[in-house]
Amino acid sequence: MTSMNGMNGMTSMNGMNGMNGMNGMNSMNNMPGDLVTLRDQIQRRDTTACAAIDHVLEQIASSNPSINAYHEVFAEEARAAATHIDALIAAGKPTGPLAGVPIAVKDNIATRLGRTTCSSRILENYRSPFDATVVDRLTRAGAIVIGKTNLDEFAMGSSCEKCAWGAVRNPWDTTRVPGGSSGGSAAAVAANLCAAALGSDTGGSIRQPASLCGIVGFKPSYGRVSRYGLVAFGSSLDQIGPITHSVRDAALLYQCMAGDDPLDSTSAPQLVEDVTSTLEETPRSFRVGLPKQYRSGNDAAVDAAVARAVDFFRAMGATIVDVDLPLTDVGISTYYVIAPAEASSNLARFDGIRYGHRTTSKTASDLFELYAQSRAEGFGPEVQRRIMLGTYVLSAGYYDAYYRRALQIRRLIKQEFDKAFESCDVILGPTSPTAAFKIGGMTDPLAMYMCDVYTVNTNIAGICGISLPAGFDTTTGRPLPVGIQLQAQAFAEPILLKIARAYERAQGGREYPTPSTD
Amino acid sequence: MSAEPTPLTIEEVRHVAKLARLAIAPERLPAMQAELMAILGHIAQLQSIKTDGLEPMAHPLTLVNRLRDDVEQTGMSTAEILRNAPATEGEFIAVPKVLGGESS
Repeated sequence: MTSMNGMNGMTSMNGMNGMNGMNGMNSMNNMPGDLVTLRDQIQRRDTTACAAIDHVLEQIASSNPSINAYHEVFAEEARAAATHIDALIAAGKPTGPLAGVPIAVKDNIATRLGRTTCSSRILENYRSPFDATVVDRLTRAGAIVIGKTNLDEFAMGSSCEKCAWGAVRNPWDTTRVPGGSSGGSAAAVAANLCAAALGSDTGGSIRQPASLCGIVGFKPSYGRVSRYGLVAFGSSLDQIGPITHSVRDAALLYQCMAGDDPLDSTSAPQLVEDVTSTLEETPRSFRVGLPKQYRSGNDAAVDAAVARAVDFFRAMGATIVDVDLPLTDVGISTYYVIAPAEASSNLARFDGIRYGHRTTSKTASDLFELYAQSRAEGFGPEVQRRIMLGTYVLSAGYYDAYYRRALQIRRLIKQEFDKAFESCDVILGPTSPTAAFKIGGMTDPLAMYMCDVYTVNTNIAGICGISLPAGFDTTTGRPLPVGIQLQAQAFAEPILLKIARAYERAQGGREYPTPSTD
Repeated sequence: MSAEPTPLTIEEVRHVAKLARLAIAPERLPAMQAELMAILGHIAQLQSIKTDGLEPMAHPLTLVNRLRDDVEQTGMSTAEILRNAPATEGEFIAVPKVLGGESS
């Protein structure tokens, strides 16, 4: 069956050519924004990998100073890789499914090239002796790593203000945050400074910045994508995923990265289904769940975007069902026990001995002082706060009251999703309760944590979720993107992506921010 | 188990900082205390949820003891490993005197 069947009664929508035609073009130049279109043009020799890389490098040179998406750019290495790809294509030799496309990599994902800093002073000069599995798999598929993107230090944040190399700015309005923690990757995609990017998502860090930057952010089910080479934050929550111009791009990158990895014992052994060849098939009938707990405290533009999506899915013939997720509002509390506990343990490795910052203070005369001073100098305030919180909830006398209890509630949250997915295929709601906020406008840590109210439970339960651009908030001066989120059961990526793609097709091509002039 | 978190004293904050190997300056301790109290105050909502008899869920997957075959593989060279070390002596990582030094 084709996508046409699912679109009965929707003939007035311009979605059929979606990202395939001019809609996929950035109005600012002749280079396609999305990865699949660029890949196809390189393969058809309408353009070359070298031209694509040069174009992206020019865009970075003009826009990165105002956006600060990239911490490091690999111009020479990228040009060399592109020359190699172009030679293969010119010689008619086989190339991978990502041949010649420039990819940005979040700087908590290890690359042999350049540094891997986690946007932290403690890793300021760290050079990874190996590539993360995802980097290895994408480069084998022909992708070209163009640079490393800024994040909230150690991926702890929702605004990319807590980055040792300066705040990242939202390309739609540079006085506002891009979201976080994968804000550099999201800003780079939104500003067309790469064909796609990698992010990591521990409690919403792919989906929330994608929402705030008007692009697609996809968190696969826990274990689907290898974490080997991802600097660990919350090991039972972390997942790498794509941040892209389109669902089609996200599906392709996912397909190239996903699957069991002998180097990550927590990667899932289940075979990865082919999501790219079936992506255009709209399911004949499917059920969209709407939790009533997702309807309060959101900006009007966010609620309106969800309402439009409900109308769209209903018009497509989907069944809309009410589902109950009463533990939605304890997700943040559960998360802020489990994630800091795991972080305090994972970040214990940064001790100033084998790698990373070591204090030069003369008072650090013994090992304890060397550890404590190196860590105090190397970690920023938010990271220190979370290490303290995690250490506290794991400490003698508090373990049962906090950590063990949070793990029990984690099981309840998982059971709640299991029950909801008995009556629906996907759960629809907002990604973030608000559009992008002003840089410096949110100073209370707890208020910042609440940005992730709709995204943390996805990670707690280990299921998959995707944020899709869904319109704009026009009440705040410059139009600001808002996103919707679809969540699906663990390992239900095929149906999640098909439904997301059907929605995307109906929207036409994505819109691009006007480049900042400041 | 009370619904309210036990107030965190400065002494406890100092103790947790020691456990966490973080040299938090004495003048920073009251701010850290206040921030942790605010977060713990919010987290206290977990105490009102009934969890009797529930098995804790430490991980989304139920994988156990996944081991690879025990075959010899080429590892990283000493030079690659030492490249990131803050202080080295020959083929070793240099550290301050250990014996008689740990004050914790």
